[in-house]
Amino acid sequence: MHVAVPPAPTFAKRWRSIGLQVLIAALLLAAVWWLLDVTAANMRERGIRSGFDFLLEPAGFGIGESLLPFDSTDSALWALAAGLANTLRVALPAILISTVLGTLVGLGRLSPNLLLRKLCAAYVEALRNVPLLLQLLAWYFVVADLLPAASEALQLAPHVFLSKSGLSLPWLGGEGGLLDLPQRGAMNISGGAALTPEYLALLLGLSLYTAAYVAETVRAGIEAVPRGQTDAALALGLTRLQLFRLVLLPQALRAIIPPLTNQHLSLTKNASLAVAIGYPDLVSVANTTLNQSGRAAECIALIMAVYLILSLLTAWLSTWLERRSGRWADRS
Amino acid sequence: MNRAASVQNWLRHNLFPDAFSSATTLLLVAAALWWLPGLIDWMLLQAVFRADAGACHAASHAGACWGVVAEKYRIILFGRYPYEEQWRPLLATALLLLVIVASGRRRLTHRALIAAWALALPAFFILMGGGRFGLSPVGSDQWGGFPLTLLLATMGMLLAFPLAILVALGRLSRLSLLRTLCAAYVELVRGVPLISVLFLASFLFPIILPQGLSIDVLLRVQAGIVLFAAAYLSETIRGGLLAIPAGQHDAAAALGLGRWQAMRWIILPQALRAVIPSMMNSAVSVFKDTSLVTVVSLYELTGSLSLALAGDPEWRSFQLEGYLFIGLIYWIGCHSMSRFSRGLEDAGIQPAMR
Repeated sequence: MHVAVPPAPTFAKRWRSIGLQVLIAALLLAAVWWLLDVTAANMRERGIRSGFDFLLEPAGFGIGESLLPFDSTDSALWALAAGLANTLRVALPAILISTVLGTLVGLGRLSPNLLLRKLCAAYVEALRNVPLLLQLLAWYFVVADLLPAASEALQLAPHVFLSKSGLSLPWLGGEGGLLDLPQRGAMNISGGAALTPEYLALLLGLSLYTAAYVAETVRAGIEAVPRGQTDAALALGLTRLQLFRLVLLPQALRAIIPPLTNQHLSLTKNASLAVAIGYPDLVSVANTTLNQSGRAAECIALIMAVYLILSLLTAWLSTWLERRSGRWADRS
Repeated sequence: MNRAASVQNWLRHNLFPDAFSSATTLLLVAAALWWLPGLIDWMLLQAVFRADAGACHAASHAGACWGVVAEKYRIILFGRYPYEEQWRPLLATALLLLVIVASGRRRLTHRALIAAWALALPAFFILMGGGRFGLSPVGSDQWGGFPLTLLLATMGMLLAFPLAILVALGRLSRLSLLRTLCAAYVELVRGVPLISVLFLASFLFPIILPQGLSIDVLLRVQAGIVLFAAAYLSETIRGGLLAIPAGQHDAAAALGLGRWQAMRWIILPQALRAVIPSMMNSAVSVFKDTSLVTVVSLYELTGSLSLALAGDPEWRSFQLEGYLFIGLIYWIGCHSMSRFSRGLEDAGIQPAMR
């Protein structure tokens, strides 16, 4: 192939390029300096203090539910950590559910069965074309308002109760036993692990919405494998399952994994919509901290920094997975 | 082949090709028979269509209460806009939608399209804001509902587009400083959730701008949406620019075109044409993302639904029906856009490389 080789830049061109860049840098610095100057003046005038010292002071507010032990006398920094833990507490299970469900729906769209194909297509079309925020609000309303009260909780399975107050599940531990079983009382349900309506709505909404995108990713990945590969495998006498496991999947994974990690990252960012339904995720807690302390710039910078770090980590993980799946595909 | 045999053939091919698939079909049909009557019952047969809260409560969720839409559609669609003046947002929205659809149909010449946009946008703002031609002024804090959603999405895309082209070109520039700055902007914005950008726009813009220059919250949020959308759009456009074969650059240079001339007349038009379907995907995202502005208290479609129902004890238990109603509006918008983009792909709007 012909590769265009740019001519070596002349002396004059090089100096012009350096000059331009110095000019850009100078303009940028001037703009930043001017903005900082204006900001400082505004803050002086309105009596806004700045700095990150508020992080070590008591938060002064409670958090509805928290994985980490937290009460209002703990520091704001610890509140944010609890928020981040809550974000991960909903994002990680949602990633798992959406990946499994999305893969099934994506495969369903390629099924020889017309009915299944149409059903899966309808799922994708319905979920993808409605804003996630709207879906979250609707799920939250369904869980918190339309479900029966705790005293008349629906029993989904032995010792699994679903009601306005959330979902109660058997959980490890409890007094005198391996399993702590929820019991239905006259007014409420006691024992076991309880998932709040906010958590349930967010988990459900994020999982179902992202599954639609995962389905499209999986479908596109499998369709990207040339048709000849399927024909050749079938001609060799491979069964459908062998065809899928040995021929299609390894090749499709290379096309699927990069966009899939992007979907997982989107899901984690979308978990910030928790603020609309009152689940105390990172953004929700940071928003409360912002209103309590008045340190808008610091709180927003913290949110952004945490998400950027998560993005970088995911990007790094994605490259690592890609390299591994490449090796796996080469070996099989 | 007779008719019965061809039906049988079709059934066997599509629904009963093998044992597993046949079982799936039977299972799905059984599930449909189990669920559908109840669903139809709820949606239509037992539903209340009149704006009658008493009848809705009497149905006690065994049937849908579409009466909530009949009662509240004016607030859901137009938010807090003064009731008597709501023909203005209706007309403004119709006008803007007409121009958007006309742009998609590609029946008009470029010049006619530019003229249509140049007329429709000012007309939209004059109709909404008033204060001219005898229309009473309505502050932007009273704009709401679907017109606001449409405005935020349309202006978001229109303004993000040129910015995205500049950023994409910046990332391919020979100046390493410019490249780094543009890359930093794109990666920063794409790494954070839109909500944090909206918080930035709503809390921080007032602090970093000079005192005299206070801009209202609608404009700030719009700026936030533009900055967010431009980052994603610029990656799409950059992909298109990189996909143009080197031969095009060489040919342009051989014709004596300079680097920028080649970009303007040869490379950019082809690149933009090639990424129209991806840009439509961005448009769908922006349209859906406008729902987030309700978090910084602007009453667009999603926000105005809560405005209409959440505070009304008589109707608040029928929010699900309200959500389904505005969900349908969003769905129609997004579905038309993605159908449009699929139509372009099928029509072969792909890199015109000859």
